[in-house]
Amino acid sequence: MTESLKPGTLLVFRQPPYSNSLSRSGLDTALAAGAFEQPVTLLFLSDGILQLLPQQDSAGLGKRNHGKVLASLPLYDIETLWVDAGALSTCGYAIDDLPEGARLADRVLIRDMLAQHDHILAF
Amino acid sequence: MKYSLLVLSAPDSGSGNLAAARFAKAVIDGGHQLYRVFFLDRGAATGLASTVLPQDEQNVAGLWSALASQHGAELILCIASALKQGVLDETEATRYEQAAATILPGFELGGLGLLVEAMADSDRLLTFGG
Repeated sequence: MTESLKPGTLLVFRQPPYSNSLSRSGLDTALAAGAFEQPVTLLFLSDGILQLLPQQDSAGLGKRNHGKVLASLPLYDIETLWVDAGALSTCGYAIDDLPEGARLADRVLIRDMLAQHDHILAF
Repeated sequence: MKYSLLVLSAPDSGSGNLAAARFAKAVIDGGHQLYRVFFLDRGAATGLASTVLPQDEQNVAGLWSALASQHGAELILCIASALKQGVLDETEATRYEQAAATILPGFELGGLGLLVEAMADSDRLLTFGG
């Protein structure tokens, strides 16, 4: 699996989608990197995996829908969303619950990703 | 070595913002290049001029302003984050018909492209907060 990793910047998402604005700021950073054709890898850890759940409805919160922003990532050549496998099972979800493009990362792969990227931005 | 910093921590919460300011000073004092400091999300409140702190608390915005005035540090507030938190320069205050500019001297508003550029052009990019 490690051969599929790209160099460049690793963006790590650790926050749930709507309790603060960090998750959105991180996604905006990913979109900006994509727009400038800088290679980025997205990794969702701990509560960050909740950002990926489908059928989000943020209308009652008065916030922009996070899932719709995520769905636009392929337009910026960001196809793969790496997901902390342990966090996913802790939260009671399976990979089939997540959008197309989500891939499981176990502890070893997460460690390798953290070690191999030039820059790491954590949101 | 060429350093850039991404500051996500608010100036009035926790110690991440202060740690970033001290790190930035250490980068310069150590003879390295501080290429850019990018303030995103709650970090963008660092450049708000109308903040009033208790007298016995460290004025972290003053540390940043000193880095800009004495060492020419480039301090960029993410424009989207800044506007949401009331940090406006003259252009934005006029554009949105607000009473006054509220940005501290030494800070500038800029887009996320400047963060992406810092990613590409720096040897080290450190995140504070988040």
